[in-house]
Amino acid sequence: MNRSVTCFLKGAVAAAVSVALAASSAHAAEKKDFKVAWSIYVGWMPWGYAADTGIVKKWADKYGITIEVKQFNDYVESINQYTAGAFDAVTLTNMDALSIPSAGGVDTTAVIVGDYSNGNDAVILKGKDKLEDIKGQTVNLVEFSVSHYLLARALESVKLAEKDVKVVNTSDADMASAYKTPDVTAVVTWKPVVSTILEEKDAKVVYDSSQTPGEIIDMMVVNTEVLKDNPKFGKALAGIWYETIKALETDAAAKDAMAKASGTDVAGFDGMLTTTKMFWAPKDAVAFVSGPEIKTTSEKVSTFLFDKALLGKDAKSAGAIGIEFPDKSVFGEKGNVKLRFDATYMQEAADGKL
Amino acid sequence: MRLLNLKPDKTWRFVLAALPFAAILVAYMFGSAIRLAENPDDKLLPNFGAMGEAIRHYALQADPRSGIYHLWNDTLSSLSLLLTALAISTLIALVFGIMIGLLPIAGATFGPVVAVASMVPPLALLPILFIIMGLGDAAKIALIVIGTTLKLTRDMALRVQDLPREQLIKAQTLGASTWQVGLRVVLPQMLPRLIDAVRLEIGPAWLFLIAAEAIAADSGLGYRIFLVRRYLAMDVIIPYVIWITLLAFLMDLALRLLQRRAFPWFAGARTA
Repeated sequence: MNRSVTCFLKGAVAAAVSVALAASSAHAAEKKDFKVAWSIYVGWMPWGYAADTGIVKKWADKYGITIEVKQFNDYVESINQYTAGAFDAVTLTNMDALSIPSAGGVDTTAVIVGDYSNGNDAVILKGKDKLEDIKGQTVNLVEFSVSHYLLARALESVKLAEKDVKVVNTSDADMASAYKTPDVTAVVTWKPVVSTILEEKDAKVVYDSSQTPGEIIDMMVVNTEVLKDNPKFGKALAGIWYETIKALETDAAAKDAMAKASGTDVAGFDGMLTTTKMFWAPKDAVAFVSGPEIKTTSEKVSTFLFDKALLGKDAKSAGAIGIEFPDKSVFGEKGNVKLRFDATYMQEAADGKL
Repeated sequence: MRLLNLKPDKTWRFVLAALPFAAILVAYMFGSAIRLAENPDDKLLPNFGAMGEAIRHYALQADPRSGIYHLWNDTLSSLSLLLTALAISTLIALVFGIMIGLLPIAGATFGPVVAVASMVPPLALLPILFIIMGLGDAAKIALIVIGTTLKLTRDMALRVQDLPREQLIKAQTLGASTWQVGLRVVLPQMLPRLIDAVRLEIGPAWLFLIAAEAIAADSGLGYRIFLVRRYLAMDVIIPYVIWITLLAFLMDLALRLLQRRAFPWFAGARTA
């Protein structure tokens, strides 16, 4: 290679190295600005309402911080942004917390357990009304989502396995229109899509999450490192949440606002609330999180994820990712705890210490 | 010396061409190393070892439950849909393009409607297609066909009109009927131009395929990418994207070679 080329290349490499050395990374430390992501679902509508009506600002000011609340159109995108570090907190389900951020190495703490699905998720068959009839059918659902988990539990309840059906990944946005096509005979999805599908005369719910109570939990999680260095953030979140759901419980205007924001009316919203077990009082949430059920649920969910190879390629067992509970007991690898349930802030809300 | 006269020699051309690729690679490696130093399980910018592991897992290891080699199965699934759709598109575009370009009546009737229809964003039609044709392969092929045929047809029609009018008049002077003009004068000249147009449509065709597979599928390259997107599994997504790029590149190359072998005269006529 001639001299000028070699000279040029040396210069280019030197430039690249100096740019790289100048780059630095951000670490969790005490900070003043926090970002919260949420997406539209009945259990998370309070966050949007709180942001719109100044409840978020009130609590943020009380603790001397700023909290930005951003709504995402896509649920998975909101979780990805949290996993990538762009957001400090996100609303999601327990299963997705384990399989997405925790499995991605982001230590995550559930600070608020808002509710669990008590019929919001359902298995629907076209023209058949017994769960056993699902055998041999093609089932449309969002693969690896809570629908998939519900299907696994449903099949388990009638001694079937996933190999007895054929799973086809279908986007939830298109589930309702997919159901209208003659080829689709079985779907697993969640409200409000379930309600739309049930408007068809031949649609029958054969299994739903009220048969697996407490297993699909909706919660607000925060990056553990951020929370450790900034407990004020956890307190503010708990304060915002319980004040807002008090408003939802008692104020018709608040419910109306949330119903409209989620794209339905009060009747539709109520329809979703009846199949959601909301923990209106913080002490109920604390009792649920500190109880024994959540431990068995976590084990079931971990087993499902491990079977689907969603706990990471190196996972050797369902306990590959450790889950810590409020009493500091751990399910799984003690040395690899990446999901924690923390009742501290909910307890402070119950004690009125926020 | 003026900048516009500064021509690099062969060695320099190679270095300059490789430079942007090298820069991207180095930037990626540094970005990845920084993120991984902070969080070894980070999924956003996997290092090459992780990507290699993912390639091995998907290409060389059979899935324990189904015995399928995912990468190859996905490739077969996607390619069969893509090639079927492109074949249909090409045929329709050739026939209709020549008709619209050559016959003034056809041009007047179908020209405007094809032009307007080609401006409808095909992805917006996808939900309708799924309702009409079900969630299977038919709807996906239909999407690719709709997305590419209209543009190809317009392209063909315009190129037919680009042919020098004298050619057609000469043929008619020699007694050719409309059919003979179409078959013996227009068609042979349109075939290499059709290949050119199809080469440009390979990119959009892949786009529509991936979009359709993202919505409802159980195998395919687009399906796999959207499935693991849930888990930010960039160690799978990046190799898959590179693989798709490679396939598209090979298709383009194959068409270019076909054009050179089958129509060697076209290279000279191309300036027209």
